[in-house]
Amino acid sequence: MRVNVTVNGEHRQADNVWEGESLLYLLRERLGLPGSKNACEQGECGSCTVYLDDVPACACLVAAGQVEGREVRTVEGLAEGDRLDPIQESFVECGAVQCGFCTPGLLIQAHDLIERTGNPSDAEIREALAGNLCRCTGYEKILDAVRLAASKR
Amino acid sequence: MSAPARSPQELNDTIAGGIGESPLRPDGTLKVRGEFAYSSDLWHENMLWGATLRSPHPHARITRLDIAPALAVPGVYAVLTHDDVPGENIYGLKYQDTPALAADRVRFQGEPVAILAADHPEIARQALKQIVVEYEVLEPITDPERAAHDDTLPHLHPDGNLVRYQRILKGDPDATADVVVSGVYEIGMQDQAFLGPESGLAVPDDDGGVDLYLATQWLHVDQRQTAKALGLPLEKVRLTLSGVGGAFGGREDLSMQIHSCMLALRTGRPVKMVYNRLESFFGHVHRHPAKMYYEHGATKDGKLVYVRAKLYFDGGAYASKTPVVVGNGTTLSVGPYNVPNAKIEGWGVYTNNPTCGAMRGLGAVQPTYAYESQMDKLAAALQMDPADLRILNAMSEGSTNVTGQLVDFPAPVGELIQRLKDMPLPPERTGPVDIRDMPGGASNTTHGEGVVRGVGYGVTIKNISYAEGLDDYSTARVRLEVIGGEAVALVHTAAAEVGQGLVTLQQQIARTELGVQRVTVHVADTSVGDAGSSSASRQTYITGGAVRNACRAVASAVRARFGRDDVVLAGGKLVASDGEALVSLVDVLGDEAVEETREYHHRKTYPLDPETGQGDAHVQYGFSAHRAVVDVDVDLGLVKVVQLDCAQDVGKAMNPDAVVAQIQGGSAQGLGLAVMEEILVRDGKVRNPSFTDYLIPTILDMPRMRVDVLERADPHAPYGVRGVGEPPTISATPAIANAIRAATGLELPRVPVRPEHITGTEEKK
Ligand code: FES
Ligand code: FES
Repeated sequence: MRVNVTVNGEHRQADNVWEGESLLYLLRERLGLPGSKNACEQGECGSCTVYLDDVPACACLVAAGQVEGREVRTVEGLAEGDRLDPIQESFVECGAVQCGFCTPGLLIQAHDLIERTGNPSDAEIREALAGNLCRCTGYEKILDAVRLAASKR
Repeated sequence: MSAPARSPQELNDTIAGGIGESPLRPDGTLKVRGEFAYSSDLWHENMLWGATLRSPHPHARITRLDIAPALAVPGVYAVLTHDDVPGENIYGLKYQDTPALAADRVRFQGEPVAILAADHPEIARQALKQIVVEYEVLEPITDPERAAHDDTLPHLHPDGNLVRYQRILKGDPDATADVVVSGVYEIGMQDQAFLGPESGLAVPDDDGGVDLYLATQWLHVDQRQTAKALGLPLEKVRLTLSGVGGAFGGREDLSMQIHSCMLALRTGRPVKMVYNRLESFFGHVHRHPAKMYYEHGATKDGKLVYVRAKLYFDGGAYASKTPVVVGNGTTLSVGPYNVPNAKIEGWGVYTNNPTCGAMRGLGAVQPTYAYESQMDKLAAALQMDPADLRILNAMSEGSTNVTGQLVDFPAPVGELIQRLKDMPLPPERTGPVDIRDMPGGASNTTHGEGVVRGVGYGVTIKNISYAEGLDDYSTARVRLEVIGGEAVALVHTAAAEVGQGLVTLQQQIARTELGVQRVTVHVADTSVGDAGSSSASRQTYITGGAVRNACRAVASAVRARFGRDDVVLAGGKLVASDGEALVSLVDVLGDEAVEETREYHHRKTYPLDPETGQGDAHVQYGFSAHRAVVDVDVDLGLVKVVQLDCAQDVGKAMNPDAVVAQIQGGSAQGLGLAVMEEILVRDGKVRNPSFTDYLIPTILDMPRMRVDVLERADPHAPYGVRGVGEPPTISATPAIANAIRAATGLELPRVPVRPEHITGTEEKK
């Protein structure tokens, strides 16, 4: 099957896509965008989170065929050229990145939270990020980073 | 050498900051941009995908193996079995007992039996199903205590089912005491649950060798084991570290290393292997579950008189790190306390349960949970404050540990506990509660009724670096040269950055020692000397020491070139002792780089006496303590950790922010073991190999933490450092378990504490 999709503002096309393939595989292996991570591929960890038509979704749970004609924004599309998005900057500044495997998914989810709420409370941050597992940080510096990014708006 | 098209990166982000400061990670920007190449991101033109067929049985004889149907699947390029292992079909970290591919027998569920390569991962997965394997299923051995003592059981390995027995005798092993408490404690099987899957890309070379790009903790030990299985000399098996998505001990044993190289060498094409999460649970070793019998004796005023213990560690199908777990477990078995008399016995055994090996806190996690439970029990028997009892017995500099080794470095155990005691407790709950803060959270069924609060302490001692006579060293190559009119240092080691921040630290050391701003960290690979493993909290200490030594050698070569040995390198200049800047480094270096390679070896240690267990086995210790406050819903058995505070001595905080981050992350893993994390095994079979059923703490489970970092320099260590990574994981678990006991009054002799343990609705076996 052929899939047409807009990814990070660019029209992309992939041929010979197998019906069972996930959006995550399409992005990582066919479109050369490995930023979204493959930690569980079971919809449990949030590492593969991308925007699908402006709504965060686990790319591992979306079939590649489902994105035909739609818009996807990945972690690679958060920065504008050399300028990092405030949420990316804050993750670096706060030390919220250790191994960094959870980071792309957390960035999309946190980006969406800040877009929606502006200045989320701690409880809102915890609720929004509850589906994103991080094994390294203990989450405290992730909370710091989201607060800092919100304050930068 | 042909590098893959998407390959590991050198890290040269120029972020200022030397030792004791908290510069940012040089890989941070790449990681937040999604551009950091993890091992599962690697890509090579023309590459194939590898896959592994695993045994469904914990114990069985293989009676037939037919690969022909799989080989006939279009898109499949190779199907290999034990017959195709070119070298020796046996490897292992401590003992050589693990086949690369099972030959006539499988010893655990998930043991690799065959491998294949195909041009799409899905074709590979489908083709696995075409491989025919017939098994004669055997009765699994699953009870570690029986495995230790019952020699009538079938032998899983030629020498029987005992991996290691160690006894430690100190003072009068039969001493008696006024007050005696005893208990039997159990700890479940924890998983490292690193997020980045096991993965790597093997690229065959024209010379018959292979380049393997992978996520691991110790490149050289992988290289040695892989080369032996491939029947190749070391120099033909070259390993390069690519991005590692966490490790925590789970990457010490081989996973896809030999397999991917075998497939690449057979097909002549690059082969990538990436485990999915299910396979990851089967493809790596876990933390040893343990059963521990403890008896503590004390005087009426609370001084410990003796400890007697029997410790059983279930090593599963292969030895892996079991010998070390027995060594650490027994030598650390009485905790950071002064104990004049002891009799300790430890057994590590083979069973048909999943193989257990390294995980953060190796061998210390299990006894710490047990002896810290005992300390609370003793405090109750003596009607003493649990923290005061610990302080009364705390070891300090000058103490002698249970193996007779003198503690000749600071050991501020009592101070750590006192500091926690002095921290404020959270206010008592009054008035209406935010139900999101209750046990069970937003999906709660309580508004505070049936919820009780408790406070608990946990304290630990962990050996840093490898023990019992191992010469555990690291190598660093440092080059100083002028690039773009500026003096730049290049640091090259084989040490694995697994997320802990080692690359940042290497830059900090080079900046400090060489007085330059720009430091590039070369990709870690086997073209430089061995760095040992990123485990045992040893890399800052050992590789940090090697980088320091190499930098100092470079500095003295620069001084020699300048012709004066009374100058220091600072601010890009050579500076005289009176502070006068004499000349810029750029001028001294000119076009000719200075490069030096040095090793760092830690103090010598010695094996334990086989009879008495006495000996100077350890290099150094890390100490940490936690205080936990929990709310427990006694009706539903749910626990909410309200506060978790930690005090830890790190000798010298090389990067204070990173130290705190390690403590927070480690504490989360300790919390996981206390209340939720367990691989459930029944009859040798894993019942929850997914993130749906194996639960790790989320952001909702972690409370805010107060972290108090002490810096009591160790005079024997580079810069005075003390290993940081493991202790916080260890002491968090008993603190939480003790707090739940304090809240409920229940015995709770097992972690993780599950709801049914609190409500008393546990299924009886
Ligand atoms: S990889 Fe998609 S949720 Fe884990
Ligand atoms: S930083 Fe490693 S999983 Fe989050």
